[in-house]
Amino acid sequence: MSILIDENTTFIIQGITGREAVNVTRECLNYGAKVVGGVTPGRKGRDVYGVPVFDTVRQITERMRVDASVVTVPPAFAADAAMEAIEAGIKLIVIVTERMPRNETVQLIELADQYGARVIGPNCLGIISPHKSKVGGVGGPAEDTRKAYMPGPVGVLSRSGGMTTEIANTLTAAGLGQSTAISIGGDPIIGNTYADFMPLFEADPETRAIVIYSEPGGTMEAQLATYLREQKSRLPVVAFMAGRFMDQMPGMRFGHAGTIVEGKADTSAEKIRRMREAGISVAEEVSEIPRLVRERLG
Amino acid sequence: MRFYEYEAKTLLRRYEVPLASFRVASTPEEAAATAGELGGTVVLKSQVLSGGRMKAGGVKFASSPQEARQAAAEILRLPISGQVPRSVLIEPKAPVAKEYYAGVIYNTLAKRPAIIFSDMGGIDIEEVAEQHPEHLTQATFSSLRPVSDYKMKEVVASLGITGNELTALTPILSRLARAFLAHGLTLAEINPLARLENGSFVCLDCHVDMDEDARDRQGALLQELGIGREETRQARPPTPFEIRGAQIDAQDTRGVAGRIVEFDGDLGLIIGAGGGSLTLFDAVRKYGGRAANYCEIGGNPSVSKACELTKLILSKPGVDKIAVMMNVVSNTRVDIVARGVIKGVVESGYDPAEKIAIFRIPGSWEGEGFKILRKYGVEYYDRSVSMDEAARRAVAKMQTV
Repeated sequence: MSILIDENTTFIIQGITGREAVNVTRECLNYGAKVVGGVTPGRKGRDVYGVPVFDTVRQITERMRVDASVVTVPPAFAADAAMEAIEAGIKLIVIVTERMPRNETVQLIELADQYGARVIGPNCLGIISPHKSKVGGVGGPAEDTRKAYMPGPVGVLSRSGGMTTEIANTLTAAGLGQSTAISIGGDPIIGNTYADFMPLFEADPETRAIVIYSEPGGTMEAQLATYLREQKSRLPVVAFMAGRFMDQMPGMRFGHAGTIVEGKADTSAEKIRRMREAGISVAEEVSEIPRLVRERLG
Repeated sequence: MRFYEYEAKTLLRRYEVPLASFRVASTPEEAAATAGELGGTVVLKSQVLSGGRMKAGGVKFASSPQEARQAAAEILRLPISGQVPRSVLIEPKAPVAKEYYAGVIYNTLAKRPAIIFSDMGGIDIEEVAEQHPEHLTQATFSSLRPVSDYKMKEVVASLGITGNELTALTPILSRLARAFLAHGLTLAEINPLARLENGSFVCLDCHVDMDEDARDRQGALLQELGIGREETRQARPPTPFEIRGAQIDAQDTRGVAGRIVEFDGDLGLIIGAGGGSLTLFDAVRKYGGRAANYCEIGGNPSVSKACELTKLILSKPGVDKIAVMMNVVSNTRVDIVARGVIKGVVESGYDPAEKIAIFRIPGSWEGEGFKILRKYGVEYYDRSVSMDEAARRAVAKMQTV
């Protein structure tokens, strides 16, 4: 099993004719994913690697079932594109766009809540259920994706797109596959946090452990710690914390828009303390993660 | 991006938040003239971006133009947290009866804007939250619907406030929330929000932060306030080296090769992407390496961008070698980064085999990339060598020199 996406998931790519989006389309198709359409206003009638391009999302949803959309349009238009997909009835919105204004992110998430849609990102690389499908650029070209990811018992949640694949690759090399890996986004406000995904992994019988990649800034690690304590989760969690050097540099932004030390509570040291208190194993290096996962799997 | 107090007050005035008639002076003479026009006792406040102005001596009172001149002169030559004041804000001293706090932020877990209100103003709101939580209240509100007065009324009333106070405070909170939503702010805070002896309310001090990524949408406001594109308003101003890094990144829209932060070590770093850079910078430090810089490459930068970034780092005095390292890449192409970095080293007059301590970028197009690296005799590693191990080997190379 997997969460959110599997081999039957159909999706569209908004902004499909953009430079990176064309690559993502090819990579997803080569991985066996069902990219059923794309949207770029004014480009209806073209195709990208055989995927038909439309002017509006509804032109596609009127014709066929669409489970998800990947939003890859420039920041000034990203919220509008996501809202178009939400109002057209698509229930899973993956926003790749970086540097979206925060007020617009919040607006589209509120709209998604009203429509019962789930938003991943912004500023993420997407979702992958190994050997089934990938929705977004996560993993890169299909042959590289197959090297880094394999099916198995570990759910991966990462605030960094690149580190999603680095961690999966480390697990794969150690013989530990992944149920679903999600690049959750590097922005200060994202559609779904670690804790928001936990109930899905809890309900997935294949998933037996969770690995998270975390950074200074924000409170979503504390939220996960609270979730694990209150919900008595069956899933052991292993965390890796990057950006420890930032504790000495408050007010400076590194890595992602959401990665900034603003107070004592969002330093790496404090987050590590809270996570350990909640029973999360914290790895000192990425290469330690497989050993910690095996320990926790028993 | 933080606003100066006078900028924040200019913005809030547009939303009809009650304010004293403030002026701004950039010389002691102007301050004296302004104090004369305002009459009575005035308060003079240092216009710096850092907090803690009162404690640092950046806020003074004056009851005559002569005193105002003297106070302004002292404030203008007093740096606060390393920042030289831009000007002095002058306004009549208000006869305060009681101080409140009102703030708008994003609740990042609820993913909604939130109003925070306290009847204990004038002190740090974190202190109120810790020591007097019963004097603090907050509520999220919709980002899609126009701001509702009743929401703000509920918030104020929840602290037991009624009568004229309730009806006067409610619209102030609504207006603050409207300014917050309309201008891409990440913080809009009035502290203290004062009730005067005559029962009216006035914003004595306020604090506004704008989302960096909202700047494009807020061109009209920023122009009106005179905030230029070049003003980054980060925790510390960028160094010339960092400004050049930003210029390299801006000259080509394809990918990222910049976001450089200067450090004083001997190992230049070409690292990425967002999370990979954090991980690798930690690893270099852990193994005793002395980094010359932090940076980020990613999003598939062009050859010329990688090349220029390499040249910039190699031109930094004291840089002995560079380490080129990333996590397993998805969209960035290994061969393009390899080509750009080698070009940069060669154009700087060095031998890539000598100058590049280590190259560890596995992933997309790695076969092509490794071929180029072999040709130039550069030590490279694939995904079988972990990021930490790559950093350790790079640091070890520096120590054997």
